[in-house]
Amino acid sequence: MKISFPHMGYSYLALKWLVENMGHECIVPPEPSSHTLDLGVRHAPEFACIPFKILMGTYLEVAEKGAEVILTSGGMGPCRAGLYWVMHQYLLDELHTGVKVVAFEPPLCDLKDFFKKLRWVRRTGGLSVKEFVQVLRITWEKIKAIDEVEMLSHEIRPYETNRGETTRGLWQALEMLDAANNEAEIEDAMQEGLKLLRDVSQDRSRNPLKIGIIGEIYVVLEPAANHYIQIMLGEMGVQTDRSIYLTSYTRKNTIVNLEGDVFEIAKPYLGEAPIGGHGANSIGETILYARHGFDGVVQLAPFACIPEIVAKSIIPAVSKDYGIPVLTLFIDEQTGKAGVQTRLEAFVDLLEKRREVKAKRGIERLVI
Amino acid sequence: MSRIGIPRTLAYFIYFPFWKTFFEELDQEVVLSSPTTREIMDHGVREAVNDACIPIKLYHGHVADLASKVDYVFCPRLVSVRKHGDFGTETFCPKFLGLPDMVRLAMDNLPEIIDVRVDLKQGKDELLNVCSQVGDLLGKSEVEIKKAYQSAMKVQKRFKKLLYQNMTPEEALDMLFAKGERKPLLTQPDLQIAVVGYPYVIYDDYINGRILSLLAKENVNVYTQDMLSDKIMNRQARNLPKSMFWYFSNRAVYGALHFMQQKNIDGIIHITAFACGPDSIVDRLLEIEARRHGQIPYLSIAVDEHTGDAGVRTRVEAFLDMLRFRREKS
Repeated sequence: MKISFPHMGYSYLALKWLVENMGHECIVPPEPSSHTLDLGVRHAPEFACIPFKILMGTYLEVAEKGAEVILTSGGMGPCRAGLYWVMHQYLLDELHTGVKVVAFEPPLCDLKDFFKKLRWVRRTGGLSVKEFVQVLRITWEKIKAIDEVEMLSHEIRPYETNRGETTRGLWQALEMLDAANNEAEIEDAMQEGLKLLRDVSQDRSRNPLKIGIIGEIYVVLEPAANHYIQIMLGEMGVQTDRSIYLTSYTRKNTIVNLEGDVFEIAKPYLGEAPIGGHGANSIGETILYARHGFDGVVQLAPFACIPEIVAKSIIPAVSKDYGIPVLTLFIDEQTGKAGVQTRLEAFVDLLEKRREVKAKRGIERLVI
Repeated sequence: MSRIGIPRTLAYFIYFPFWKTFFEELDQEVVLSSPTTREIMDHGVREAVNDACIPIKLYHGHVADLASKVDYVFCPRLVSVRKHGDFGTETFCPKFLGLPDMVRLAMDNLPEIIDVRVDLKQGKDELLNVCSQVGDLLGKSEVEIKKAYQSAMKVQKRFKKLLYQNMTPEEALDMLFAKGERKPLLTQPDLQIAVVGYPYVIYDDYINGRILSLLAKENVNVYTQDMLSDKIMNRQARNLPKSMFWYFSNRAVYGALHFMQQKNIDGIIHITAFACGPDSIVDRLLEIEARRHGQIPYLSIAVDEHTGDAGVRTRVEAFLDMLRFRREKS
């Protein structure tokens, strides 16, 4: 079977490996481009959010390349992402593509259906249960390794002395990970990649601004959707910390996971959680970043994203109480890279000034 | 006795009789905001977050209209009213879930907000539970609350019965509380049209360009999803690959699908709000289903702050002309 899946950040490397090693042919989804978006916008409902449109475009692109099945995720709501697959299937049928969308609903909601679909994928690929579990494990390791190198790259980029060196190192590391085929090789590739990044020539005397990136999962994870915002900020000399990684919930070392229940933290501002997507998370995470001394927060969300609109209406109060500036970027098909860059530059200028003023006040206090 | 303000929008159109009776039985005065006007909308647009949809902005406007007149604003957090959907997790749009917080944090000089959490999928007695919380707040005894709850349930039941007799909520409310009479039809309607969408969009005359009265004037018999019983509607669930996650969306979709299967319905009008998240799915789904149901004519009207009567009228008249033309031809 020719299988494809949504493109989300660098996870496609691991998912490609997974599909191929399940005994299927993989149609690798291309990185979303303006062509992808054009296709998606043409066929998607007008007010669908940008992830829906990008995925629509991606599905049509892979359908052209011969994909027969698309594996994706479902959901239990109330974010409409859980209904993407239903609508995508309707639209793909209307266009007579013959593509079937198979969605894995959350196992907690429908365990039977989840295992049924897993078994179907395994059997059609001709794998034994043992082999299948092994393949899944290696895929997970791969995703973890990918997140690991990406995280380090965002930490190092603001210190680099030659602009672009970190990003080139990241590409190289990802290539090495792409070639790795078992746990040992992945570990080696990861260590090699991390070393590569650490060896980037750096100026450690800098004291970069720290910005937390929060918001809706797709536009946060997919650089092509958010105009490579983390790389952009990194090259402006800003250290970024992202609230969401695919492997976030297994991690103990990221800021968002340090202090336990993010919903509990958001409670004084939002009495209900979850409210779908990452709406409640965005509020809690803003508080967390403020507590950890970050200089600012950037909220990324697709235009008309319901949970993030709720978050956006509440965040000004959080921002005021905790004294942390928040920039909200709603992204749609009209958003241009230059527009994003201008707004980020202005935001960064503001944060720098703020830091200066704060430092000055500190000195004055010492003198007195 | 305190004055309790209820905004005349969102859930008002479906649940007002219950809460009006409940509060009045507890010797409270119920104050309704005035029907939507230009001022209310402008006020809402000013207060609410700019990315919100028009119904949410209107809600802010209605709360502002009440703010100086009441002691409490009744703004419950609607989480669920039944256990439904593929995973039994049917809920309301996320904006409903965050509504009390949005209102509280966005607006100044508000009276106290009653923001009880209404999550009826928990169990049969959950509504009584919610009522006790509200009653406690007002300092009422358990017995009084229970009595008020029971009469409120009765009135709500009568209200629903009136809706099932093809009345709009305004007509039914008029009959329930003002002892109004049903207006007799002057002429025999020549078209049967189903208008589906969210109650707060299809029954709010101001926001939808008075489409219901326009249709009545054009000699059209109007049906809405609220005139169908839950039993009839829920049958449609199995015709969908997956139910919607949102209560009002499910009602709109089920209602529309039901009407598509009725031979006497000439066309379907779906009224949606600009940038409504759930409707981005609902609208296209209905469009495709209408085509699959033997090409039943389908009109989708998106309303926003700038919708004028004339724009809606032009589109509706064109749609009706087309329907009549189609009938003559066949």
